[in-house]
Amino acid sequence: MKILVCVSKTPDTTARIAFKDSNTVFDSNGVQFIMNPYDEWYALVRAVELVEAGGGSVTLINVGREDNDTILRKGLAIGADDAVRIDAEADSAFFVASQIAAYAKEQSFDLVLLGKETIDYNGSEVGSMLAQLLDMPFVSHASDMQVSGSEATISREIEGGTEVLSAALPLVVSAAKGLAEQRIPNMKGIMGAKRKPLAVIPPVAVAGRTQTVAFSVPEAKGAVRMIDPDNMEELVRLLHEESKVI
Amino acid sequence: MKKQVKEDRFQGHDYYNIDALLHDDHKIARDAVRSWVKQEVSPIIEAYSDKAECPVHLFKGLAEIGAFGPSLPEKYGGGGMDEIAYGIIMQELERGDSGIRSMASVQGSLVMYPIYKFGSEEQRMKYLPKLGSGEFIGCFGLTEPDHGSNPSGMVTNIKDDGDAYILNGAKMWITNSPVADIAVVWAKDESGVVRGLIVEKDMKGFSAPAIHGKWSLRASITGELIFEDVRVPKSNVLPGVSGMKGPLSCLSKARYGIAWGAIGAAMDCYDSALRYSQERSQFGRPIGQFQLTQKKLAEMITEITKAQLLVWRLGVLANEGNATPAQISMAKRNNVAMALDVAREARQIHGGMGITNEYPVMRHMMNLETVLTYEGTHDIHLLITGMDVTGLNAFS
Repeated sequence: MKILVCVSKTPDTTARIAFKDSNTVFDSNGVQFIMNPYDEWYALVRAVELVEAGGGSVTLINVGREDNDTILRKGLAIGADDAVRIDAEADSAFFVASQIAAYAKEQSFDLVLLGKETIDYNGSEVGSMLAQLLDMPFVSHASDMQVSGSEATISREIEGGTEVLSAALPLVVSAAKGLAEQRIPNMKGIMGAKRKPLAVIPPVAVAGRTQTVAFSVPEAKGAVRMIDPDNMEELVRLLHEESKVI
Repeated sequence: MKKQVKEDRFQGHDYYNIDALLHDDHKIARDAVRSWVKQEVSPIIEAYSDKAECPVHLFKGLAEIGAFGPSLPEKYGGGGMDEIAYGIIMQELERGDSGIRSMASVQGSLVMYPIYKFGSEEQRMKYLPKLGSGEFIGCFGLTEPDHGSNPSGMVTNIKDDGDAYILNGAKMWITNSPVADIAVVWAKDESGVVRGLIVEKDMKGFSAPAIHGKWSLRASITGELIFEDVRVPKSNVLPGVSGMKGPLSCLSKARYGIAWGAIGAAMDCYDSALRYSQERSQFGRPIGQFQLTQKKLAEMITEITKAQLLVWRLGVLANEGNATPAQISMAKRNNVAMALDVAREARQIHGGMGITNEYPVMRHMMNLETVLTYEGTHDIHLLITGMDVTGLNAFS
């Protein structure tokens, strides 16, 4: 089975979030970046597990500049066989999906896996766009996936229970928690990754359809205010007049 | 043992963007070990330290991530990495706990390294893969009860007895010794020349009792090595070295790792203090807003940054094969003292909470008291630098 795993680079979960240029650009100064955990822990690891069990290959793909090679090397250290970087700024979901689709169309993958969302923009857009552009079925938020022959059985966590779906390959699946368990690469894997192929290819021409106008950070949480238990009237007044929740 | 509920919120600190000087494999190795420490060490370390118990199960995990002898060739169970990667791995392990880093640096630098460097091909193939995979635990016997800073005065000795040597003597302060399968032991032969031997735990007359009552490195097991007429086959003698350069070259390797490791402990203390200073309010504002707190934090990150640059350069020299023992002494001495100072200042920022195991600071501080002394004391390293720059020997 030939599997394509789409990976993104995101700020570390502990990074301080700030913007520059009149709040239109994310300020990456001093920010440490990681591979998007949904891509790494679930999509990539499940892909590697499927290939370990049934043979095939795992290809990683990322749209980004040279500094993204670190996350691709990490993915290779975890167990992917080769990697492709489309050398362009990933400035919108549509642009990214279009670039990956243009590459994937030439390669006939059986399965395209990616995280259900990135932990920075939380857009959840690329998976469905990819499925549309590749004319493949799409199952989102997979928490379990078994593949038998040319059919996949996929579980999704839904309100109050689990939904089980089946779909024919080729297929696009977005990964949620539970699909696999995080694998920490070991030093041999890291050294082996240096010898695996990482191809850099130019982007195809795609016109952007959206443009970021501005970002804003949420207002800082106010300090906790203690109300005297004997003064319930004051609590009601604050909830009504200041918080406006009652 | 009970896992701690509190989340390990550590993030790295790189004020001078030293990351730009590192290769991808260094950064991936760092992230891998950091993830492993957050997953396997942080949730249990306070409980093990509290009970003064060694989490022996971590030997297997350390082996799986490749923390034993990462810079040794893959053929012998190592990772084939460079010296900077080795240093970074030690940094991340010590970020978790100096005792965990000690488990790895003894196994890699003091046991696997001498067998690789001075052992026969047969010895290498017999021991190194098992040590690399964690199947065997090793320890290193140099220090004696009466010979710490002066190891060449050792009294442990071997006497020729046909196809074997008869080993007698005792070693003290030996990390891992009570749980070790093998010990690399340094002893004098009949002509007073120091030789290295591989002693196996089942050899008759060999025992390794634990040392109790430590207020430092409580999650690391330390013991003695006692040899009473132990018959060690001559095939267990390391053929490639004689004299003090054998053990001293191992110590250079381990001290190099400590110079990196101490930065991990310092960063953990700084990280915790910085976060605490932003979350803890007094007089109606975060304590990080007070000048005296800022002074502490600013000096901490300044000293950490200087130490990071020192080991990076030392790592480049080591990769070229040009790091001298004296340069390694300077880095070990400076960085461990720096880390201890950072831990003490961080303890103050945490106020009363700093003395509890709610925060990692006091544990690091107590650990670093050992690190300041072992592998060459703070003062001895100063005299090594003194001897290097003056050409005059203060030891004799």
